[in-house]
Amino acid sequence: MNLATTSLRQLAQALQARQISSRELAEAYLGRIARLDPGLGSFITIDRERTLRQADAADARIASGTAGPLTGIPIAHKDIFCAQGWLTTCGSKMLSNFVSPYDAHVIEQFEAAGALILGKTNMDEFAMGSSTETSFYGRVKNPWDPTKVPGGSSGGSAAAVAARLAPAATATDTGGSIRQPAALCGISGIKPTYGLVSRYGMIAFASSLDQGGVVAPSAEDLGIVLNTMAGFDARDSTSIARPAEDYTAQLDKPLQGLRIGLPREFFGGGVSADVERAIEAALQEYERLGATRVEISLPNTALSVPVYYVLAPAEASSNLSRFDGVRYGWRASRYEDLGDMYERSRAEGFGAEVKRRILTGTYVLSRGYYDAYYLQAQRVRRLIVNDFKSAFAQCDVIMGPSTPSVAFGFGEKTSDPVQMYLSDIFTISVNLAGLPGLSIPAGFGEGGLPVGLQIIGDYFSEARLLNVAHRYQQATDWHARVPALANV
Amino acid sequence: MDWEVVIGLETHAQLATHSKIFSGASTAFGAAPNAQACAVDLALPGVLPVLNRAAVEHAIRFGLAAEGVVAPRSIFARKNYFYPDLPKGYQISQFETPVVSGGRIMIERNGSEIPIRLTRAHLEEDAGKSLHEDFHGLSGIDLNRAGTPLLEIVSEPDMRSAAEAVAYARELHRLVTWIGICDGNMQEGSFRCDANVSVRPKGQQAFGTRCEIKNLNSFRFMEKAIEFEIRRQIELIESGGTVVQETRLYDPDRDETRPMRSKEDAQDYRYFPDPDLLPLCIDAAWIARVRETLPELPDAMRRRFVEDFGLSHYDAGVLTASHDLAQYFRALMLVVPGEAKLCANWVSGELSAALHREGIEVRQSRITPTQLGGLLRRIQDGTISGKIAKEIFDVLWSDGGEADTLIESKGLKQISDVSALEKIVEELMAAHPDQVAEYRSGKEKVFGFFVGRAMKACGGRANPAQLNAILKDRLAG
Repeated sequence: MNLATTSLRQLAQALQARQISSRELAEAYLGRIARLDPGLGSFITIDRERTLRQADAADARIASGTAGPLTGIPIAHKDIFCAQGWLTTCGSKMLSNFVSPYDAHVIEQFEAAGALILGKTNMDEFAMGSSTETSFYGRVKNPWDPTKVPGGSSGGSAAAVAARLAPAATATDTGGSIRQPAALCGISGIKPTYGLVSRYGMIAFASSLDQGGVVAPSAEDLGIVLNTMAGFDARDSTSIARPAEDYTAQLDKPLQGLRIGLPREFFGGGVSADVERAIEAALQEYERLGATRVEISLPNTALSVPVYYVLAPAEASSNLSRFDGVRYGWRASRYEDLGDMYERSRAEGFGAEVKRRILTGTYVLSRGYYDAYYLQAQRVRRLIVNDFKSAFAQCDVIMGPSTPSVAFGFGEKTSDPVQMYLSDIFTISVNLAGLPGLSIPAGFGEGGLPVGLQIIGDYFSEARLLNVAHRYQQATDWHARVPALANV
Repeated sequence: MDWEVVIGLETHAQLATHSKIFSGASTAFGAAPNAQACAVDLALPGVLPVLNRAAVEHAIRFGLAAEGVVAPRSIFARKNYFYPDLPKGYQISQFETPVVSGGRIMIERNGSEIPIRLTRAHLEEDAGKSLHEDFHGLSGIDLNRAGTPLLEIVSEPDMRSAAEAVAYARELHRLVTWIGICDGNMQEGSFRCDANVSVRPKGQQAFGTRCEIKNLNSFRFMEKAIEFEIRRQIELIESGGTVVQETRLYDPDRDETRPMRSKEDAQDYRYFPDPDLLPLCIDAAWIARVRETLPELPDAMRRRFVEDFGLSHYDAGVLTASHDLAQYFRALMLVVPGEAKLCANWVSGELSAALHREGIEVRQSRITPTQLGGLLRRIQDGTISGKIAKEIFDVLWSDGGEADTLIESKGLKQISDVSALEKIVEELMAAHPDQVAEYRSGKEKVFGFFVGRAMKACGGRANPAQLNAILKDRLAG
């Protein structure tokens, strides 16, 4: 079986038909990881024995006839999800010794479905970054070009799937951390509506923006995984109780009459020509599929980056206070007193970008600045929400580039954080509004690097988004292209 | 110069819920360190808070009982600061919009009732404990208490003396225990008060600079600490100094307050709404449901005891000191209807003394209202005297049983038979002719001698009124 060209659905069928065992499948993926990942750096932790034990259990379950669609399928998890008995680092030295004593809700859902944990993937430290360069565990290379970043913060998950080291991987998205790396690595990725996937056990960056999701080669694969991943969890107060939905049920629905909103602000200045060309081609494909274009406006798009860089650091500065060296995690080996222990442990345990955001967040929440920054940002956030509300009165989905350019080189933006932050300009407003967003491969730009098409939907329209993506993937084959190194 | 004292109190009442305010861990007191700290209480990476509905209901109960306003929508905020017993690095509390606003607690001033206004009451979580002993230069952290639900009740600066502050604290204590939201145990820290104290020249409108006094873990210490602080501030100002706004700790061993931290050290807590929790929405229907479960409140019950039973204000106040005591009294009244004064005397007298002697609560009383009522009915119908009743009470207390059975088996029935009493009196007079002569010569003090001897002769069972009448008659000759 050629894992580089077999979809998750096909793997599931092969398992059910006993053409392959879960153990064989796990060993095949572990073999690919052993061969390819040393040059890629997409995984932080692999635990072969643990994975194979799960595979054997899955095989028994398949044999007993009680298997579900994901039983026996290895899934890689972003190292932000707590998994019992697994090192769970969040890409940080701070948690480099933290073995989680409990499972995140997402992990529980996969366990119940009989999926295997293939390993824990590399990521920007505490999900803060757009290139995975802030990880304590080293850089992740873009499988399409090892001199380029894979995007971030879910760069490990995206690179692993792009290189077909995993059929699918979980990821999280606070400002674009699923869609941007999916775009830069030429795969599909969905950030669901805020509240669809439980945040319990997902290490918090910015609680009001964080949302778990998935990356996989195709929209159909995303739907299959999302079916298991989504669901109400009473342990997350922001989790939304709603009837279970089959995200694959509407995949084939025709797109005749689909109104595609094209925000003026997502096109024109700031988008590189190659990306613009690819997106235009994709839009023409959609027109061939029966969709029509509607010009819309999201007037506050430009404010989304500054708003985000007030709110996300504010929440992060508080969320990361628990990493104090007292109960778990990194503690400085030498210190004078309590204050010194805090200072040294946090100074040693956190990287520069995390410190920058903690300082920013602490500043904007401080007495005398709170109103001008935090409250003002909350007001603008409401305007951004209203922008989308008006837009969805005119269209069914919104489309545009996922990123302003294709993957950039290592170190290109690290010296100028604002440039790095701007690479998320098209994705951030979706988190601020809590809407679902998806990125799918839409051809290639400069240097043969992938371009991502972003599709944004109204609240809880995941099934529709996946349908819109799937029809495009039925008509094109961008999602099936794999980087040369994956064809080993 | 004449000084006026201004006091406001902040009280942390631990809410009597089974589990913590944001996790499912138990709140029981006294477990081994960290045995009652779950993943959420430990603030492991990735855990999230979920609000305990029971804690909210307790807050609603308080809002209704204190006649405050229960907010239809209130917000939980994070109060950020670092401390080892604060596992998340922030405390979840309410800042801008508390669950209860306003309300009042009635206290007495110069013989009439006045309201002490409440500013607010808000829900928050408690921190853990740092243990600085037994660890050889290190500190231990016990997170059992972390996440215990608290209602912080803040008063307006309406109190004008240490005695009023204590009266307020006692009333508040009675209210929160009465409505069952707090066990009121001050030793275990279930009810903790901090006092904001300032002084100003009489007649001045503006408040003086205040100091916050902490560690007032009994009513007695509260009174002493505030009194010390008042003296300190007045002496300081009168000797030309100025009061500095600061937090001071009361040291009961030395009976003084000492500075803990000044305003300059005040931290910036960087409050902001907790994004992990939704706004707390309380609709009218929920409030109505809670209102239905609210018991009659102490003020109302006290008034009713005066009006319905003809009790004095004092007696009514004593009987409504706690909900359990009032319930005991009401149960007793069902057994001995119409004898309110008798019941009140026995509940506040013998019963309370016995409870106090054994250091137990009224709900643990060894004598039930039915048992005590059975005894009081025999006083009521003249079967036994009050003196005998006290003896029977002691037996009932130590051995149990029923009053009637005891009276019967021990022959304690009062002798109201005139001829039997006459016979005793005649024998006594015959045996003590000198005393008879003394009495008749005008030394009426000797009367007591005869009463005593007569009672002794009949084992105390004589009906005292009858015995007196017979003695008077016979001794008169």
